[in-house]
Amino acid sequence: MSPWTFILDHRGEILSATLDHFTLVVIAMAIAILIGVPLGMFIVQRPTLRTIALGIASIFQTIPSLALFGFLIPIPFIGGIGKRTAIVALVLYALLPILRNTYVGLTGIDPAVLESAEAMGMTRSQILFRVRLPLALAVILAGIRTATIITIGVATIAAAIGAGGLGTFIFRGVALVSDALILAGAIPAALLALIADFLLGFLERRLRIS
Amino acid sequence: MNAKPASISENLIEFRDVAYHINDIPTRMIVSDISLRIPRGETLVLLGRSGSGKTTLLKLINGMLLPPKGVVLVQNCATTEWNPIRLRRGIGYVIQEAGLFPHFTVAENVALVPTLENWDAPRTAARVQEMLHLVGLDPRDFAHRLPRELSGGQRQRVGVARALAADPPILLMDEPFGALDPVTRAELQREFSALVRRLDKTIVFVTHDLREALLLASRIVLLQAGRIVASATPQEFLRLDHAEVRAFTSSLSVSPGAFV
Ligand SMILES: Nc1ncnc2c1ncn2[C@@H]1O[C@H](COP(=O)(O)OP(=O)(O)OP(=O)(O)O)[C@@H](O)[C@H]1O
Ligand SMILES: [Mg+2]
Repeated sequence: MSPWTFILDHRGEILSATLDHFTLVVIAMAIAILIGVPLGMFIVQRPTLRTIALGIASIFQTIPSLALFGFLIPIPFIGGIGKRTAIVALVLYALLPILRNTYVGLTGIDPAVLESAEAMGMTRSQILFRVRLPLALAVILAGIRTATIITIGVATIAAAIGAGGLGTFIFRGVALVSDALILAGAIPAALLALIADFLLGFLERRLRIS
Repeated sequence: MNAKPASISENLIEFRDVAYHINDIPTRMIVSDISLRIPRGETLVLLGRSGSGKTTLLKLINGMLLPPKGVVLVQNCATTEWNPIRLRRGIGYVIQEAGLFPHFTVAENVALVPTLENWDAPRTAARVQEMLHLVGLDPRDFAHRLPRELSGGQRQRVGVARALAADPPILLMDEPFGALDPVTRAELQREFSALVRRLDKTIVFVTHDLREALLLASRIVLLQAGRIVASATPQEFLRLDHAEVRAFTSSLSVSPGAFV
């Protein structure tokens, strides 16, 4: 059976796995953004905490994903088999690009702009919310885009700990030495990544000033 | 008449034996022995070479730097006693390259301090129009542009309009025309000197260009290595007998043989 007929025959299952995959990514990304952006804002003025936070986030990035899933399984509350563990691992992966870009975006602003903001009598929080954040938005979004693409890829491995998604086809395909099965997982995952990349890239260019 | 006319003698800004050094290095003085009175309505030009401490003095006035020694008084209150936000809202500030907010339109940039001060929308809008006219920019053409859609000279005009918008009594200007080509620069200097005569502002203007100082100043203060070495009206200044003054005045004339 050719891969194409296989994919067509199983389009229902593939679609629902794609939806599962997408949901997993969206939940993980939402949590990573909710942690990463405020944390990035918080470490701008705190050099020690910055080193620690960026250091820890970098360490998570260096752990191979399958190993990270494995490490998390025995941990109470966040661990175990299933979606929750997968989301925790995905959040840990997504954190570094978001955190780093938030920090870089907030600090990479023309010093003349910050100086006049201060000289005009803006408070610290006014400078953060009305100057730094809007000007950093494109850079932060670039971090979110990178993180999303990483997450879409890593989420295929989450199937190994029973989190579902497109990885299910890939693992089964590897076990059964079936190209059709592997492609049924890999093609939609690649498409998801391409679409996310395009849409977020579009948004990023819209937000980029000068 | 017993009543002393307060308005004449009132110093809007005063430095009393001020020195400034980097946080933990008291031996590394950036400015020292600074005593200076700036009465209301004066246009004081701080002249000096690069690194002589001009910007440092400006930042001591609006409390962006606080003096470790001596005291800086603004409207008879030490900058260390002022709420820094309130102090700065009453002081306009213009820098080289304007420092406009790139994500704000021209109108939004000019409206910044009025907005921070919670002026109502109609009053702010009217003020923005007025300010843009004042600096020679037609609001219909410019109000909705972003800073990147302006020339350098236009940006500086917007910078001046923004600094004047909330009608602060004091204006600090740090080489506002320094990045412009000579022709545009001369044009803005002329317009600004006319503007200054109409507005009743106390201005501290930083430059290293003697021509600009002579054109704008009611008094020129010359800084050298963080100290005041001369203080004079433009007319007196040219006649002073001081090596650093001569270094500046000689920069005015081009020797005839130079282009042979
Ligand atoms: N934060 C700082 N740390 C160390 N040195 C500083 C700092 N700020 C200023 N200086 C030094 O203080 C001196 C005076 O600086 P300032 O910016 O006041 O000079 P300036 O007269 O405005 O020069 P320019 O015309 O180049 O703008 C310079 O030698 C500068 O290197
Ligand atoms: Mg300077």
